[in-house]
Order: sequence, then C-alpha cells, then structure tokens
Amino acid sequence: MLEIENLHAKVEGSEILHGIDLRINAGEVHAIMGPNGSGKSTLAKILAGREGYDVTAGKVLFEGQDLLAMTPEDRARAGVFLGFQYPVEIPGVSNMYFLKTALNEIRKYRGLPELDAMDFLVLAREKMKLVDMDEDLMNRAVNEGFSGGEIKRNEVFQMAVLEPRLAVLDETDSGLDIDALKTVARGINAMRRDDRAMLLITHYQRLLNHVVPDKVHVMIDGQVVRSGGKEFALELEEKGYGWLEETEKARA
Amino acid sequence: MSTAANPLHEITTAEYKYGFVTQIESDTVPRGLSEDVIRLISAKKNEPEFMLEWRLKAYRHWLTMEEPRWANVHYPPIDYQAISYYSAPKLKSRPKSIEEVDPELLATYEKLGIPLKEREILAGVAVDAVFDSISVATTFKDKLAELGIIFCSFSEAVQEHPDLVRKYLGTVVPYTDNFFAALNSAVFSDGSFCYIPRGVRCPMELSTYFRINAASTGQFERTLIVAEEGSYVSYLEGCTAPIRDENQLHAAVVELVALDNASIKYSTVQNWYPGDKEGKGGIYNFVTKRGKCQGVNSKISWTQVETGSAITWKYPSCLLMGDNSVGEFHSVALTNNYQQADTGTKMIHIGKNTRSTVVSKGISAGHGQNTYRGMVKILKGAEGARNFSRCDSLLLGDKCGAHTFPYIEVRNSTATMEHEASTSKIGEDQIFYCQQRGISAEAAVSMIVNGFCKEVFRELPMEFAVEAQKLLGVSLEGSVG
Ligand SMILES: Nc1ncnc2c1ncn2[C@@H]1O[C@H](COP(=O)(O)OP(=O)(O)O)[C@@H](O)[C@H]1O
Ligand SMILES: [Mg+2]
Repeated sequence: MLEIENLHAKVEGSEILHGIDLRINAGEVHAIMGPNGSGKSTLAKILAGREGYDVTAGKVLFEGQDLLAMTPEDRARAGVFLGFQYPVEIPGVSNMYFLKTALNEIRKYRGLPELDAMDFLVLAREKMKLVDMDEDLMNRAVNEGFSGGEIKRNEVFQMAVLEPRLAVLDETDSGLDIDALKTVARGINAMRRDDRAMLLITHYQRLLNHVVPDKVHVMIDGQVVRSGGKEFALELEEKGYGWLEETEKARA
Repeated sequence: MSTAANPLHEITTAEYKYGFVTQIESDTVPRGLSEDVIRLISAKKNEPEFMLEWRLKAYRHWLTMEEPRWANVHYPPIDYQAISYYSAPKLKSRPKSIEEVDPELLATYEKLGIPLKEREILAGVAVDAVFDSISVATTFKDKLAELGIIFCSFSEAVQEHPDLVRKYLGTVVPYTDNFFAALNSAVFSDGSFCYIPRGVRCPMELSTYFRINAASTGQFERTLIVAEEGSYVSYLEGCTAPIRDENQLHAAVVELVALDNASIKYSTVQNWYPGDKEGKGGIYNFVTKRGKCQGVNSKISWTQVETGSAITWKYPSCLLMGDNSVGEFHSVALTNNYQQADTGTKMIHIGKNTRSTVVSKGISAGHGQNTYRGMVKILKGAEGARNFSRCDSLLLGDKCGAHTFPYIEVRNSTATMEHEASTSKIGEDQIFYCQQRGISAEAAVSMIVNGFCKEVFRELPMEFAVEAQKLLGVSLEGSVG
C-alpha cells in the first residue's frame, strides 16, 4: 500500500530526513518510534503534503501512485489520513460542519453521493461511540477549548468517519491518562482491517501494549536504524534509544 | 522553499459576477454641479418648493466645506464637475405596476438574483429596486399598505407623504453634518422611504436593491425609516455596479428614527464593484448612516457586510437619546487587492441606562487596507450606560494591513466600558489541517473566514446570511497571498 524509497528531505535549508525506506502492506500496522527531534513528524507531514518541506531525493508510492505529485487534499481524498500531533483550532467553524464538508469532499472524489445533514448525523453518532465522544463536542468549534484528551479522541473520531486507506497517527497517545489511552486504543483497533494500513508514530511504547503492531521501526536522526517485530518495542522500552544511537555513531 | 506551491498564492481569481452593463436609453443631465442642475433635478422630480429650498441650502453650505481628509484612505482628488448628478432609465410613463416595467430592467434584476415579477417574487421580502437615480419598482406595496406601512421610493414619498418627509428629513443627519452628506442633500435623486405605524410589527423584510448602471454618474440616494411607538421593522439593502475603469462616486445618506419601544434592524450587504486586481476602477463608497433612538426602550441595530467598493468610508451610528435605548453595530469588512475600508461606528450615549454593543470583524487580503474607527461617547446624563466593543482583524498574507482607532470619551462615572481587540493571521496550519481532511485550500480559506465572521452573520436575516457567506467566499477568491 505504501512504499517509501530513499526519501531525503530538507526544511529551511537543512536536511532532516536522510534516506528513509519503508514498506507497509494492506492490513498491516507499523509503529515508528524514536527520540524527540528524530524526524517522525517531518515524515508524517511530508506524506500528507505539508508545504515547506523540500523532498530532495527518493520517492513515495501510495497504492502504486506517485504520492508526492498529488495535492494535499487529493491525498486525503485518495485515502491518506494524518492524525496530527498538534491539531489546530478553527474558531467559529463547528466540528460537525467541518467533518461533514470533509466527508462529502472525499465521497465526491470517490464518485459517491454526498450525505445530507441527517444521514451524516446518524453516521457521526455511530462513530462517536467508538471513542466515547461527547455529542457536545460536535457542536463546538473545531478543537477550540478542547482538553488534550478530547483533541486526540477527536482525531481518531475523524479517522473513523473518513475511513482512510492509510492512517498515519502522530503521537495520538501523548498527553493521555491511562483511561483515555485505552479508549483511543480501542478506537484504533476497531479501525484495523485487511484493506487498511496504519502507521503509528509514538515516543513511548505504552500505546503498543494496546494496539499491537506487526512491525516496529526505530528512527534516529532522520534514518530508520533498526526494524523488528512487536517484541522489539518491549526491548526498546527496557533499554531506551541510547544504545541504538551509540551503534549508529559507531557505524558512521 | 517548498514541495508544493503556497496554497495562499495558488487560488485563482474569480470575475466580479455583477459587472455587466444594461443597454437602456437614459435621461442623463450634463456633467457638472450648479444651482441650475439642482433646480433641474428638483423639477424633473416635480418636487414641492420646500424640497428645492432644502437642496439649495445644502448646496450653498457644501460650497463652504472641504472634503474630509482624516480617514485612512488614499485617492486622487475628485473632480465634482466631471460627474453627472442625475441619470434615469427613460420610461414612457411611470409604471403603475411591475407588469409595466421595462423588460430590460426586469431582466437586469433577474440576473442579479432579485426577481421583481409578482409570480417569482422573493417570499417574505418586499423589494424597492433603485436603478441609477430612480426607483423602478417596489414589490408588496399594497399588502404592506393594508397594515398602514408605507414602503416606497423616496420620490414617491415626497409626492404622496410630503408632511412625513418634511417632519423627519435631515433630523438625524442634517445637511451641515459633513461634506458628503451636504452633497447628497443637494443632489440626492431617490432611495427608499419606510414608515411603520404605531404598534405594527412589519411582517416581512423590507429591502432596497441599489444598482449603478450608467457611466460617469454619481449615485446619491437617501433612505429614511421611521418606526413609530412600539413598532418593529427589519430592513436590508444590497448594492452592485458594472465593471468600469474609472472610479464612480456613491454618497448616500441613511436616517433612522425609532420612537418609544420601537426597534429597527438595518442590514447591508454591500458589493459595489471593488476595482480590478491592480486597483483600477471601483466605487468610492462615502456614506453617512445614523439612527436616532429617540424614544425610551428603543433599539437600533446595524449589521453590515462590506465586501465591495474601491474605498469605503462609513460609520453607521446610533444616538441613544431615550432612556434604556439600545444601539448595536455588527460589521464584517473585507478588503482584497487594492481595496481600502475605513469603517466603524459611533455610539453616543445620552439617555440613562443606554446600552451599546460593537462587534467588528475586519479581513484584509492582497494589498487591502482595513481600518476600524469607532467612537463611544458617554455624556454626562447617561447614568448607568454600558458599552461592549470587540474588534477583531484577520490578515491573509503579508502585504495587507489592519488598523484600529477606538476613541472613547466618558463623562459619567457610573458608565461601564469594555473593549477587546485582536489581530490574527490566517494560519497555514489551519489551511493544511483542512486540506488534510480533503477540503481544498480555497474552500478552507472561505471556511476559516466565515468562521471568523460567524457572530456577525448570525445577525443577518436567514435568507441573506447564506448569500453573505457565498459572497465572502467569492470576494476572497484570488485574494490570499
Ligand atoms: N518547520 C521547521 N523548521 C525548522 N526545523 C524544523 C521544522 N520542522 C522540524 N524541524 C526540525 O526537524 C527535526 C525533526 O523534527 P520532528 O520531525 O518534529 O521530530 P519528531 O517528530 O521525531 O520529534 C528537529 O530537529 C526539528 O527542529
Ligand atoms: Mg513529532
């Protein structure tokens, strides 16, 4: 589903990603771990098409298409979803209106009829249950005055409504207490499907206790330095990233 | 520096949708201004002597005045002798019903989305259609008359209700008020007149649709609304003009009078031609609007959505004379390309326990310059007066500007004043968030700006709120950068 090959990228003149290779098949859940500042969010934003990042080498194929050639909105419409590490507020725009507009744009792109307000509400209510989301939040402005937990729940809820093919979730677990973490994890698990791939970006291993990945990659200083199975995450939890950084330096 | 071009730069320009010209034979007076021209206008309108006298007094006063220069707008000197002060479509006789109106004119309004024919009329909205210097049709007149409501063109009011006109004309905005008000008083050609009798709640929206068509003419209309004790009316005006390379002057005056317990809601959707992308052409919109809350518990509420005009200079104001009277001003002003707006309000608290609310949302895009200028004045006798003001500015891009000039003058220590202000830039992060959910950059900008203006749109009558939102979207196209 997603093939990243030798991806190099610069931001404001300095190279952040130094050749990333990653391959995720449909039905798989991969995790990217790594210390702060290693380039995880940068990779996520490049996949989603955020401007300001210069891809200097490499390519990214999404279901065989050249992802980097597509506009950000077309990537979203084709099924790429990014759960943001820091979602923004949009004052005065209700969450409901925002998401209905988004869903209908995506449906239009896929040749499906648009949903009216009633049909959308029925769908939204069903998906809200997945993450125990309060209906109240639907009528508030997008992310405005939401608590940390509400913001992350809202991201997962949006994913559930938009039903992406590939979901990249950037630190969706950060800032959550253990109950909220479980709720969010339950929502993510409910979204796992044979024809959907997920990339979980996380700083800590604890999310992976609840959403068990097929593969775990460690990113350090703009490179994937080691990959392994689900038990690799536990090893990292125990040893930290330091020893990998050491071996990285030794190799260089 | 980026993988994709900046979405703020990418959006393409849309044409001004109302820029067409109607081919119709006009009766236009030669350019220039003199007492003779004023006599000619007055004669064409078959006005009673008092009107001519009033116009001449205004003209003589205007000659002694200087054009104001304090506003934060810039334009070359206006040659007042190069303007024609009267232009009217030639009519064989004054149409008695809409069926008799020239089909070319009906087609024009149709194209503007304002059907005038009885069958297609906008439900619940009575329309007075003003084309260049004259009113060409008023809908629902008879139905309103059954309730004693007078809704007609100003010219007709002068003929049919001269006592009412004489009683109220110039009582809120005297011809000495300012340069453009004096000019308007001398040469105004038409406009709307509304009179709501005691205790009547007007059952439909009253609205005037102003259209400038002829070239090299000025438009000087005048609106007068009188709400008698315990009455209510909601009035809306809309405006458009053809695309022309030269600037055209529009200097209107609006006077509102609310007596005891009366309430007037006045909404404007202003979409005069704004000029092109390089700032060529467009309307100079120099307007004086003022309401007098004369009676106790009276209320005047201004809502404006200003998206058009090359230059906007207007300060819809309230004189809060009656005890417990309420003044409101809700404004969205958008300047794109080279548009300039200097707009705001004056709330003058005179009576006891008077209250006013000011909510201003300024949006600047392209090279647009947007100035909020507002005055809140609490006079000595205004015991317990309260004001709340909020001015928010939104910048799209870095070549535009937002400026805020609040003036506050308090002469009574029991008054309560609150003022909030903010300036924000539309964020690339906000746009990207929308795009990541499948919404195009252009739709995202429009959505974010509409969200910013929500509080003001909520004040508009339902039918027009939707229009205003669309208009904002269209006015922003090609803006952002
Ligand atoms: N817009 C930017 N301008 C300058 N430097 C940036 C920008 N975005 C990210 N970086 C830098 O790139 C590196 C990787 O950041 P990021 O991808 O956010 O890391 P992570 O998500 O792994 O914590 C950091 O050194 C960060 O300072
Ligand atoms: Mg990060």
